[in-house]
Amino acid sequence: MDIVGNVLPQVLKDEATEDKGEMARLQSFVGAIAVADLVKTTLGPKGMDKILKPTGPGQEMTHITVTNDGATILKSMYVENPAAKILIEISKTQDEEVGDGTTTVAVLAGELLREGEKLIQKRIHPQHVIAGWRIARDVALKRLRDISSENDINSQEFHDDLVKIARTTLSSKLITSDRDYFADLCVKAVLRLKGSSNLDYIQIIKLPGGTIRDSYLDDGFILKKQITIGCKRRIENAKILVANTAMDYDKIKIYGTKVKVNSMDKVAEIEAAEKEKMKHKVDKILKYQPTVFVNRQLIYNYPEQLLADSGITVIEHADFEGMERVAAATGAEILSTFDAPERSAQVLGHCDLIEEIMIGEEKMIKFSGCKKNEACTIVLRGASTHILDEVDRSIHDALCVLITTVKNKRVVWGGGNSEMQMAAACEEEAKKVQGKQAFAIEAFARALRQIPTIICDNGGYDSAELIQNFKVELQKGNQSCGLNMTDGTIGNMSELGVKECLRVKEQALMAASEAAELIMRVDDIVKCAPRKRERA
Amino acid sequence: MSLAFDDYGRPYIILRDQGQKKRMKGLEAYKSNILAAKAVANTLSSSLGPKGMDKMLVSPDGDVSVTNDGATIVEKMEIQHPTAKLLVELSQSQDAEIGDGTTGVVVLAGKLLEQALTLLDKGIHPLKISDGFDRACDVAIKHLETISEEIDIQANEHEALIQAACTALGSKVVSKRKRELGKIAVTAVLDVADLARRDVNLDLIKIQTKTGGSVEDTRLISGILIDKDMSHPQMPKEVKEAKICLLTCPFEPPKPKTKHNINISSAEDYKKLYLQEQQYFVDMVKLVKDSGANIALCQWGFDDEANHLLLQNELPAVRWVSGTDVELIAMATGARIIPRFQEITPEKLGKAGSVKEVQFGTSNERMLVIENCQCTKAVTILIRGGSQMIVDEAKRSIHDAICVIRNLIKDNRIVYGGGSAELACAIQVLQYADEVSSVEQYAIRSFADALEGIPCCLADNCGLNPITSVAQAKARQLQESNPRIGIDCMELGTTDMKEQRIYETLSSKKQQIQLATQVVKMILKIDDVIAPDDY
Repeated sequence: MDIVGNVLPQVLKDEATEDKGEMARLQSFVGAIAVADLVKTTLGPKGMDKILKPTGPGQEMTHITVTNDGATILKSMYVENPAAKILIEISKTQDEEVGDGTTTVAVLAGELLREGEKLIQKRIHPQHVIAGWRIARDVALKRLRDISSENDINSQEFHDDLVKIARTTLSSKLITSDRDYFADLCVKAVLRLKGSSNLDYIQIIKLPGGTIRDSYLDDGFILKKQITIGCKRRIENAKILVANTAMDYDKIKIYGTKVKVNSMDKVAEIEAAEKEKMKHKVDKILKYQPTVFVNRQLIYNYPEQLLADSGITVIEHADFEGMERVAAATGAEILSTFDAPERSAQVLGHCDLIEEIMIGEEKMIKFSGCKKNEACTIVLRGASTHILDEVDRSIHDALCVLITTVKNKRVVWGGGNSEMQMAAACEEEAKKVQGKQAFAIEAFARALRQIPTIICDNGGYDSAELIQNFKVELQKGNQSCGLNMTDGTIGNMSELGVKECLRVKEQALMAASEAAELIMRVDDIVKCAPRKRERA
Repeated sequence: MSLAFDDYGRPYIILRDQGQKKRMKGLEAYKSNILAAKAVANTLSSSLGPKGMDKMLVSPDGDVSVTNDGATIVEKMEIQHPTAKLLVELSQSQDAEIGDGTTGVVVLAGKLLEQALTLLDKGIHPLKISDGFDRACDVAIKHLETISEEIDIQANEHEALIQAACTALGSKVVSKRKRELGKIAVTAVLDVADLARRDVNLDLIKIQTKTGGSVEDTRLISGILIDKDMSHPQMPKEVKEAKICLLTCPFEPPKPKTKHNINISSAEDYKKLYLQEQQYFVDMVKLVKDSGANIALCQWGFDDEANHLLLQNELPAVRWVSGTDVELIAMATGARIIPRFQEITPEKLGKAGSVKEVQFGTSNERMLVIENCQCTKAVTILIRGGSQMIVDEAKRSIHDAICVIRNLIKDNRIVYGGGSAELACAIQVLQYADEVSSVEQYAIRSFADALEGIPCCLADNCGLNPITSVAQAKARQLQESNPRIGIDCMELGTTDMKEQRIYETLSSKKQQIQLATQVVKMILKIDDVIAPDDY
């Protein structure tokens, strides 16, 4: 019924709902804040982990995940609330774009909305709040860029920065006790890429067993496959032919072909022809004179035997990524046709030594001394698959941040320094702005300051006291001060070596404010009737 | 339910399954229809204007979209009521014809229906009302044309166009960057516009989205961006002075359309077939290579063997390029689309300055950029944003802006926004009403009231007092006989929309008023609704 008492005809479908005005806004605030609150305890070096347990029946559903990574937590959550979905979406984008800061972005957006809700309660129109936020965001961004520093990519300082950034990223993860070790490992891996941003070339192999400390970076390249039985286990000065071709039998590709014979003899003949065709292919491969043959597809016994007889080491079933890595590392071309043996030198990859190694209990193939030394492998060891998965995610975060830093080169101080600086900039700006927008700018500053506050709280320190001291310290002009989370004091970040990548902070700030703005602008939520699912 | 009885007093059925049908007649039908349509209009009215709010829509599958665009909102609401659906179509036809003003048209229709309801209560016949609305509409349109102004789109680096684009973008979530985005839209449209014919083929503007970064990172690429990468990882990532061979046939042996069977009955046949098959691939690559092409774009896939042959012959290739992209590339590079390998000739190749692969973010997503095309007549706007919802909304907003600019190139007459044009028309219609001596007078007067509803709604959304500000603006329009006085939505301190430079196209405004009137007339003509009783 509307206000005058007319009975309104039903406009939307059954089960569809429409919420307007305050109700709609309340719904979005509640959802977004709930999501932010959920992940906020994982923030910072003293953040806690979450156990994710899948729902539903079945064996595979019993696999649980223990993680500290915001994007992983949010991705696996099932939420109904549309505003909460937006937060999850920005966290995902953050993960794809820079790889780290996935928790920060969701928490910041949540805190902005929490402040926004208070302003709405003060009867400030959402559009004014947005106007204020926009001013604040620009000011914050400018300050963030001003406080960042840049080092030459080849200098020792830059290298040190990278190690510090990796340490900072890893400090909030499970492997925090070994972060120096892993930071060094990640930096070495990233520097091998020589500025290329293709993370594919860094392979991560997870093997349960041993301790985390036993993880190492192998400068060669490890393929998680076995050498076929009957081949040499150790090849020096290997010439590698990387192929992607059918080695079972060649399907005839001409459309509509059918084998139709009228006697057993003919069948045998055709079989022989097929065999001969395969032999022909093997012969052609042999003309390239490789010592190692790596194929993506399966190799049947017959060609395998032929190749092994010629003294060629055969590796079959390499997955596509593995192949691309082998090709990249050894400088090989991935072949599918074998009609140009004269190009042999050009297409074959080369490496000094291929050998079968044992890691833990598993046999693997190691390529060392490769022609192009871009690819490398990080072997992770750990007590359980859960730990390994989490270490993998942490290392992935660190690698992403490092690659972003290598591209962007600018760094800022960590330990909440950048957030506090941005908050200070917003507060200064708020004093100059006329009108209601100023409230929103102050709110923005408060939301930014929430990030170090939560980090303190998670560490079990007196956040109110620490943040105030922090503010004072910054006011005094101590540009590099920040939270010392080991002692619970305000320390000097340059001494502690806590640095973060500018790009990550920038992206988090922009994505969070964009998302908050998006949610703030909503005054009406229409939920369509859920699609009826046919029972299978 | 009305029943008919025969001479013996037995009821007989007129409609099939009459018992299961719901039927509304007369005044009841009018009112129910109007209320349903009004409910839709009410939902949209808070999205009108620069300070309008957005709507969050959850699809049946739980996907969320946030938008301010009228046509998108009503489309995604999944409206069920038959008359309310008319408003959905109204918004969509405005979108198809003009591209902008999709919210405005629905709100106007809602206001007109509101007026119609009071007139019905007074006992005026619906046909008289729609007649009156019709006449009023004509007067309003005529007046719009007299108050419209021609603008010089070339002047001052297309400043007028940028302003018009800004007006369209002003109400969206991207409004912070409206100037930058407006410029991008204007440059994009002008790049592909045929100014002599005053025509713009919007197909030539490709809008590609990619999450990540922020709306500020949105940029214009004077070429084509396709979401594909080279077919083989070891192909060169950049081709300079590209000669593009555009294929719509797969790198595979041909598949004749007629049904056929090849029977292999002996080993010789088998071998022959194998050789022939190999030959197909070699020939195909050779044909492409011989034409002088240095990159092949194929609408279909090709298998590993063909892929490697291409690599071996140093011919970079891209597979699974979508049909629309193929056409776009053909237009931009001057390439002819080649459906058969035998037909490849050097003249049919397209030319571009460079084709290169670019990478985004940490996930390994690559896209191809074709730049400096021979006939530069295609551009791509790459939209970035913090999340999928923002990117989608930015895409819709830019589409609106592009449509506005296109309309201005077609017809460079503008009216001023901020409700000023509606107000001016309302005054004119009101004057005309007094000259009409029949019942329609009331309807015409109501039409004027409905037009005033638009500035009212604008003022309401901006947090101003609607009645005071509309009354002030109206009084000033009459005193100064200046049709440019509107509502100062952005609180810039002036109500003269010429000074605020809020431009709207005449064609859009005209279309809005005409379409809204038409739909209202249609709704007013319905006096009987027969529908299955299940809703």
